[in-house]
Amino acid sequence: MSIDGEPLKEMHPPDHPQSVGWTTAKKAALFTEKLFELDSGGKIGPVEMEYETYGELSHNKDNVILVCHALTGDAHAAGWDPDPQGPLRQYRRNKPGWWDSMIGPGKAIDTDRFYVVCVNVLGSCYGTTGPSSINPATSRPWGMSFPVVTVGDWARQQVELLDLLGVTSLKAVVGGSMGGQMALEMALAYPDRVEGAIILSAGHRVTTQGLAFNAVGRHSIIHDANFNNGNYYDSRRPLAGLAVARMMAQITYLSEESMGFKFGRRLRGKQSPDFTLTGIEFEMESYLNHQAESFVKRYDPNSYLYLTRAMDYYDAAEQWGQGDLRVTASKIKARTIVVSFTSDWLFPPELCRELVSAMCYARRPVTYVNIPSKYGHDAFLVETEAVMRLIKSFLKND
Amino acid sequence: MSQAIDKIKAAFDAVKASASNDAVASGGAIAHGAVDLNKSLLEVLTKAYGGATTSYEIWYRWQDRVILDQIPRNSYVLDLGCGDGQLLGRLIKEMGVTGQAVEVDPAAAMAAMDMGVPVLNIDLSEVLGDFSDQSFDYVILESTIQTLKDPIGVLAQMLRVGKKSIVSFPNFGHWRIRFDLSIGGRMPISPSLPYQWYDTPNIRVLTLTDFMDWCRANQVKVNAAYGLSGGNISPITEQDNLVTEEAIFFLEKIC
Repeated sequence: MSIDGEPLKEMHPPDHPQSVGWTTAKKAALFTEKLFELDSGGKIGPVEMEYETYGELSHNKDNVILVCHALTGDAHAAGWDPDPQGPLRQYRRNKPGWWDSMIGPGKAIDTDRFYVVCVNVLGSCYGTTGPSSINPATSRPWGMSFPVVTVGDWARQQVELLDLLGVTSLKAVVGGSMGGQMALEMALAYPDRVEGAIILSAGHRVTTQGLAFNAVGRHSIIHDANFNNGNYYDSRRPLAGLAVARMMAQITYLSEESMGFKFGRRLRGKQSPDFTLTGIEFEMESYLNHQAESFVKRYDPNSYLYLTRAMDYYDAAEQWGQGDLRVTASKIKARTIVVSFTSDWLFPPELCRELVSAMCYARRPVTYVNIPSKYGHDAFLVETEAVMRLIKSFLKND
Repeated sequence: MSQAIDKIKAAFDAVKASASNDAVASGGAIAHGAVDLNKSLLEVLTKAYGGATTSYEIWYRWQDRVILDQIPRNSYVLDLGCGDGQLLGRLIKEMGVTGQAVEVDPAAAMAAMDMGVPVLNIDLSEVLGDFSDQSFDYVILESTIQTLKDPIGVLAQMLRVGKKSIVSFPNFGHWRIRFDLSIGGRMPISPSLPYQWYDTPNIRVLTLTDFMDWCRANQVKVNAAYGLSGGNISPITEQDNLVTEEAIFFLEKIC
């Protein structure tokens, strides 16, 4: 255990036998001839995609696992980036990929067995075309003229890349949070290609509370004095707004118990209060400030708007069952595991259970585990041991 | 005092022996050829499991053996309280069954997952309402009914969601249990009931006769019933209450 009580994430250096080692982002230009037609009615092309792969693709191209990243994630799921490019990627220095604990030789997603693919989603700011990319028509960043994207678009985007790689079937699609929505959408949109779906801390929709949180996050960005309708790339960026969005989101990723345990009411580096309104008094404040400061250095405010909106719109019951989740569930052919965490209030266990119940009704065998954890929504990244055990078991019996 | 107990014990043994003969004699009434009644249980199990030795394993797995014999290939099976998933895992792998399991204990559910069993790690009373009517060919409740707070509610749900149901339990009507309680004056402890009164999960204990009474009163047809008695598996009737240590019932709701 680390001093703040969180389990220490065992970091495997690049020369460790269980590390995938140094990684290089791959690029693919897609929709070069025919435009990508999006759910919103928008059309875009060509689309540059950034993705990473780990392990060896089998001769029959039948050992593929698609890993889907969460809201602020990227394609760099495992291993070490030897030379992070651009200001937004500097956070990667001296840090392995976001799911390095799970992906590697002999790990839960075993790269000795599987060929792992992780693709940055359309609209993000980590190498795949997004609002900060240059619009070829204007030679200027897209900004708000970038079309609205959906989770369904992301599924089509990833399949377009898989087609390019000659991969027609997936052993499993796995993701947490927004990545879990993606995994579910892949299982629904491509039932004949997806053999397994691992859905962590995610549901068929976000809760009403979730919609509310996302709305506040966007509001604070849009109403930042520097926002300038999204055209801020040549001047000061709306970072105060993005900071508030991140601070609030960070609260929703934790739980009262984990915050209380980590910070409680402790004062920051002092025994008694300074009676200041603008300074930092509590450890909790200091933590949020620190989170916001490091986040605004690595994320594009416009991407935050686009990706949270895509999460908002996602409603698998509407999209695949005319509002009836049971009809939606009947379309899933993949072996499915849904994992929730007891203290997650962003994608609470009750919401995850709705999907599981619908699958039961629709006679789809399903595995469901509600892991006791105090880490809130973050648990899917923090409870490494439990998640590792479940994924290992699931993939053992493919 | 101890002489008196020995006398009574001998009398019980005599009753047991005669009842046991009756059971074998009437065995043909609900015959299922797949269970070899002439072989001792230990022999059967040694062959089937490569030597399961503990009493718990024998007790638990003779029922698995009967179920494996009875469930047709490619059925859709719901196993309630699947434990480590041995039974459903085998049904899936060997019989091409499509399976769904429910197991509330996290460690057991994990073991079931390792067996390749899709398992809901939820209390079964919370999940049964999720399944649609008659959606399973078989619903199994193995050695669990006596631990449930609302056994009748669960039975009703089983008969709703399953075309056929399989229920097994330790029989509290067995002569040794009656003996332990009436003469010994203590709550019975046996290989199939290895608990003290204060830590037993068995909160709704029942006898063969109790169960059959309930079936009759609730339009539930007993298609077949087997019992474990003195190490042998045999078809049973209500007359076997005294000699049956554990019983397994194949049920169907009469519409």
